[in-house]
Amino acid sequence: MNPQKVESTTVDNFKRPSQTKEIWRRFSKSKGAVIGFVLFSIIAIMLLAADFIVPYEAAIKQDFTQQLAAPSREHFFGTDGYGRDAFARLLHGGRTSLSIALLATFSSAVLGSALGAISGYFGGKVDSFIMRSLDIFMSVPDILFTMAVVYALGANFTNLLFALTLAYFTNYVRLVRSQVLNLAEQDYVEAARAGGSGSTRIILSHIIPNAVGVIIVNTTLNVAKIILYESTLSFLGLGMPPPQPEWGLMLSEAREFMRTAPWLMFFPSAAIVITAASINLMGDGLRDALDPHLKS
Amino acid sequence: MAHTEIQNILEIRDLKVIYKTDLEVVEAVNGLDLTIGKGKTLGLVGETGAGKTTTALSILKLLPSITGRILQGEIYFDGEDILKKSEHDMQSVRGNRISMVFQDPMTSLNPVLTVGDQIAEAVQLHNPDMSKEQINERVAATLNMVGIMPSRSGDYPHQFSGGMKQRVVIAMALSCEPELLIADEPTTALDVTIQAQVLTMIRELRDRLGTSMLMITHDLGIVAQTCDDVAVMYSGIIIEAGTAEDIFLGDKHHPYTVGLFNSIPNLDIKSDRLNPITGLMPDPTNLPKGCVFAPRCNHQMEICLEARPGVFEEGTHKIRCYLFSEAAGNSKAGVDLNAE
Repeated sequence: MNPQKVESTTVDNFKRPSQTKEIWRRFSKSKGAVIGFVLFSIIAIMLLAADFIVPYEAAIKQDFTQQLAAPSREHFFGTDGYGRDAFARLLHGGRTSLSIALLATFSSAVLGSALGAISGYFGGKVDSFIMRSLDIFMSVPDILFTMAVVYALGANFTNLLFALTLAYFTNYVRLVRSQVLNLAEQDYVEAARAGGSGSTRIILSHIIPNAVGVIIVNTTLNVAKIILYESTLSFLGLGMPPPQPEWGLMLSEAREFMRTAPWLMFFPSAAIVITAASINLMGDGLRDALDPHLKS
Repeated sequence: MAHTEIQNILEIRDLKVIYKTDLEVVEAVNGLDLTIGKGKTLGLVGETGAGKTTTALSILKLLPSITGRILQGEIYFDGEDILKKSEHDMQSVRGNRISMVFQDPMTSLNPVLTVGDQIAEAVQLHNPDMSKEQINERVAATLNMVGIMPSRSGDYPHQFSGGMKQRVVIAMALSCEPELLIADEPTTALDVTIQAQVLTMIRELRDRLGTSMLMITHDLGIVAQTCDDVAVMYSGIIIEAGTAEDIFLGDKHHPYTVGLFNSIPNLDIKSDRLNPITGLMPDPTNLPKGCVFAPRCNHQMEICLEARPGVFEEGTHKIRCYLFSEAAGNSKAGVDLNAE
């Protein structure tokens, strides 16, 4: 009758189940998430192993006897206007594009979420200061702002990353702040405070986990956006310095030959779409896996 | 005086709390005196808006930082004035030496953390030297104590029923074995059967751990079952206080307390309607100059409207009403009230 007596024998050998395992189990149950994960893994492995599949030389070596060649056994995806192998450029370009996109998304998400959480949680003067500073940031058009930063600092990997982070962190601040404004009023936050938790701990272990769904969805959508944004910068001559390949740059170069060599446009576009889709699918699955209410 | 401080785990003297906004000043607590003896349970009774929760939050210094202000008074916890402590010191008191059980278990647990993690949080916070195994053991033992199988510690709050959730909340509050437990209407959100279970459990645990308790409620039945002492609160003031015997069996009462008891339906007397106290609580932004209960009181006298009454004491029983001051005559008032 008394559950305390029955259970007390098992107290010693009892263990709390691992969170990570549980999340992985739920993630792997979703079909879309698994497809996304497999696609993304294939892309990631191909990009990481690019040097073994086709040498970097092929991506930058110009061969004027082979201009605008159609896809063949020699050149899987054909050649571009300078006779460079499009397949090699796609693989090696993907490394730059994807690493910039992922890193810029990550850093803007972290920076934006942190500022948004602080702003929403503390409110008052802190909130006003952060949000008004943000207004100044947002009053300059994104593209102009990024251009100015890249132009001033010079176009290379780090500066591009920096500029893209600055352009994208603002929407995380607003998004997370609006979530936190609501979450900070919840009873369990007050209960945590009554349990002796400080502000940092409450933000990190009570508020952020509740806001993580929207952050993840926004993050996965941003990866594709940033790849395209990079291409805009490349198009304006502010991307990675040539002859280094990059997906966005390949697209804007292919525009010229859209009628004569449409495959030049097709393959980088397809690469961007598949990458973005796989990340979105994974993001959806991850969001569901992190939400205990949907636990099946 | 020093002697009494050691006897009492909590002593509140002349506490005054307001909520201030740009538009108005709400006088939530107006010179409150309260004492809880070590190991004793005090029932704080009063209707909605009487300032019960504000009092509880003041003890933990958790009033909303933008609007809430403590204007005056002292709160001695184990002989130390809490109001003089820094926020940093308070963090080591909260959840460790004083902890609180909130009213609604549905919302006071974080939906995305497992209950085990939520209990572990307070334990880890106040015992930084504990190893992971020790914390797990403590979590399991605490869950056992409230009658939940430790194997469920990996489950999320939505997988528990309302009564089970309140057990988890109580487990969280008791995980560090606090000296004072504040229970803010712990059973209001639960149905009657679960209420009885949870109350029995709270009583048992209190007796086993020797915890002092402040039980905030508007249910006199709960007070009768659990409390050693009772304080009746109205408009931020304690209008009557004493031992449970004084309140439930004594023959002298504040007219408000009489009204409270009369509004409980009586099984032995056939009547068509309930018998409420007429009128509403005074507007806390605009309190009457005299006795706060005077506008609703059947025994209202001229003096009641002019100045706040002092305290009439008889042994452990204290009443704040002019009916019992020397001029009014004790016996007469007693007869009046009983005749009602």
